[in-house]
Amino acid sequence: MVVSTLNAVFKRELVLAFRQKSELLQPVMFFILVISLFPLGVGPGPETLQKIGPGVIWVAALLSALFGLERIFRDDFADGTLEQQMLSGIPLSLVVLLKVAAHWLVSILPLIVVSPLLSLFLNLTSAMYTALLATLLLGTPLLSLLGAIGVALTVGVRKGSVLLSLMLLPFFVPLLIFATAAVEAAALQLPYNGQLALLGALFLLALALSPVATAYALKVSQN
Amino acid sequence: MRSCPGLCYYSAQFFPNYQVHKLALLDANNLTCCKSDRVLFQQLSLSLDVGDILHLQGPNGAGKTSLLRILVGLSQPQSGCVNYQHTSIEQSNDFAQQLIYIGHKPALNPALTAIENLTYWAQMHGVSLLSDIWQILSDLGLAGLEDIPVSQLSAGQQRRVALARLWIKPAKLWVLDEPFTALDVNAIDMVQQKMQRHAQQGGAVILTSHQPVDMMHNIKVLIMEYQWL
Amino acid sequence: MWKWLHPYAKTERLYQLSSTLLPWFSIAALLLLISGCVWGLMFAPADYQQGDAARIMYIHVPSAILSMSTYAAMAIAALIGIVWQIRTADMAVAAIAPTGAMVTFVALFTGAAWGKPMWGTWWVWDARLTSELILLFMYLGVIALYNAFEDKQQAGRAAGILALVGVINLPIIHYSVEWWNTLHQGASITKLSKPSIDPAMLWPLLINLLGFACLIASLSLAALKNEIIRREKHRPWVQQLVSDI
Repeated sequence: MVVSTLNAVFKRELVLAFRQKSELLQPVMFFILVISLFPLGVGPGPETLQKIGPGVIWVAALLSALFGLERIFRDDFADGTLEQQMLSGIPLSLVVLLKVAAHWLVSILPLIVVSPLLSLFLNLTSAMYTALLATLLLGTPLLSLLGAIGVALTVGVRKGSVLLSLMLLPFFVPLLIFATAAVEAAALQLPYNGQLALLGALFLLALALSPVATAYALKVSQN
Repeated sequence: MRSCPGLCYYSAQFFPNYQVHKLALLDANNLTCCKSDRVLFQQLSLSLDVGDILHLQGPNGAGKTSLLRILVGLSQPQSGCVNYQHTSIEQSNDFAQQLIYIGHKPALNPALTAIENLTYWAQMHGVSLLSDIWQILSDLGLAGLEDIPVSQLSAGQQRRVALARLWIKPAKLWVLDEPFTALDVNAIDMVQQKMQRHAQQGGAVILTSHQPVDMMHNIKVLIMEYQWL
Repeated sequence: MWKWLHPYAKTERLYQLSSTLLPWFSIAALLLLISGCVWGLMFAPADYQQGDAARIMYIHVPSAILSMSTYAAMAIAALIGIVWQIRTADMAVAAIAPTGAMVTFVALFTGAAWGKPMWGTWWVWDARLTSELILLFMYLGVIALYNAFEDKQQAGRAAGILALVGVINLPIIHYSVEWWNTLHQGASITKLSKPSIDPAMLWPLLINLLGFACLIASLSLAALKNEIIRREKHRPWVQQLVSDI
């Protein structure tokens, strides 16, 4: 029974995302726009762009992900679906995990899909892009998992979106450091397995702790 | 039961000795609820038997909704406990199975249709008989509105969709927060009859309502007073 | 009877405890800081490389060390509040956070002021300074979250969760920043690079460290007293207290 229920949760998230396409496109547009602004701001020199490229893409990805993050629980909290979910007897942390997965699929994966275009904009070499892609694939789920805790904490607060960034951005520092370090290592043709392994370890840690913390935070928000 | 002067008093219909009921479906002992560091109510005990309909009354802000949310386990009381069939609701295995809670918020996603919302809810709560959802909705006067987004329904129609849950899930205990808001006379009558039948068939209902609920024979009333401490 | 008095009695008792402890910590902080600062700033020998500028160390090092410990103290209070559902522990989180933010700010400010004569600029992305900066943001996040809620009971619980998530992240952030720093700057500038410190300099430093700890404790206790009064102002005991004054 639990499996079919969780299946229903996942399906519903996808249906909702499909119905609210425009809301989902906005973070992607933002992502592309911010990155297009950088050559205008720092000058079009290919070497400069290549040097700052990985960092710029990662910072832009962090910010655009933060924009879409509230979607995870905002609507469900506002219309009372969350209450019903808590009373259904299904462990809340499992539901949270699925919602985070669905959210990653519909609002973060598009960012990764457009990233080849942006790496062209910023003149990344193909080795750098491979590393960037690997860090994005490993790092953004971590971002969603950590973000879910923040959203769960601020879901009951009016105008919580600035607060959300204030709370979450410090936690993303290690992610940013390891991810850009991997791309820089790739640029110098050095191995970057170590950085990827660190990202993977952080991801596993978040995977273990975040659903529990998020479920608890949601319960506090309901109180 | 401790008397709480000026805080909550019970009408004569409401029996005070809550502890000794074999049939007690739900009982709450010495609940204290604090909101914003103030005591909303304290030392509140109640017991609900099979066949009971309990009507919570009181002015706005008296803590009716807070009490209901504590009774279903959505919020935690400052002290005291709630038991379902003599087991704490947190440990009880079938409490979730036997409960329908309908709160102020209708739990309907405005972008989804009535059918989608209810199907999702039914799956969530482990109810499998989905074939008669269409019949239930048309009985509730929603024929033809099943597959348009809920956001396009009127407040009363949305409330009907929310209340359709009472027909979908077989559960013993119903906890309804202001179920009659925005409903027309017809629909109120339908829901009241449904509650009556439910009580007669071995269920129990707790509801809050500012409308008089007059037709039910075995109704009990708990009056809560507004008091910030 | 006792059970329903429990929540009241607790805050009241904590208030009394804080009132008893506060003067002791304040006096200790005052004495220690005066003696430590006078000793350190006037009598201790100047650093042979950095001259008198290094004397800012007597403020910077204790505040930098204690900014992290204060976060740990806040997280312990948060853990107590969450595990045992104790409301006063959540109040302590709210009281410690602004104190911690202030100490972190002092560490950052003195670090920048020390950087000017040493490195020639006010700000260098040195690993320790960067860690302190992020720590300050984490304190501000806890404070902002606490203030965002109208129901302070909920606010305390939420801030507690954030503090706990933060304390798990703190070592990760700290080491990642250190690693990032060595990656980008080679051998980075470390401030206490000498393996041992002259005892004549160590003593005033230790006295100031203790003095700062007492100062943080007394500021947190004062904030806790305010927090209790603010949140319990409708309770009879607070009204009794006010009428007694």
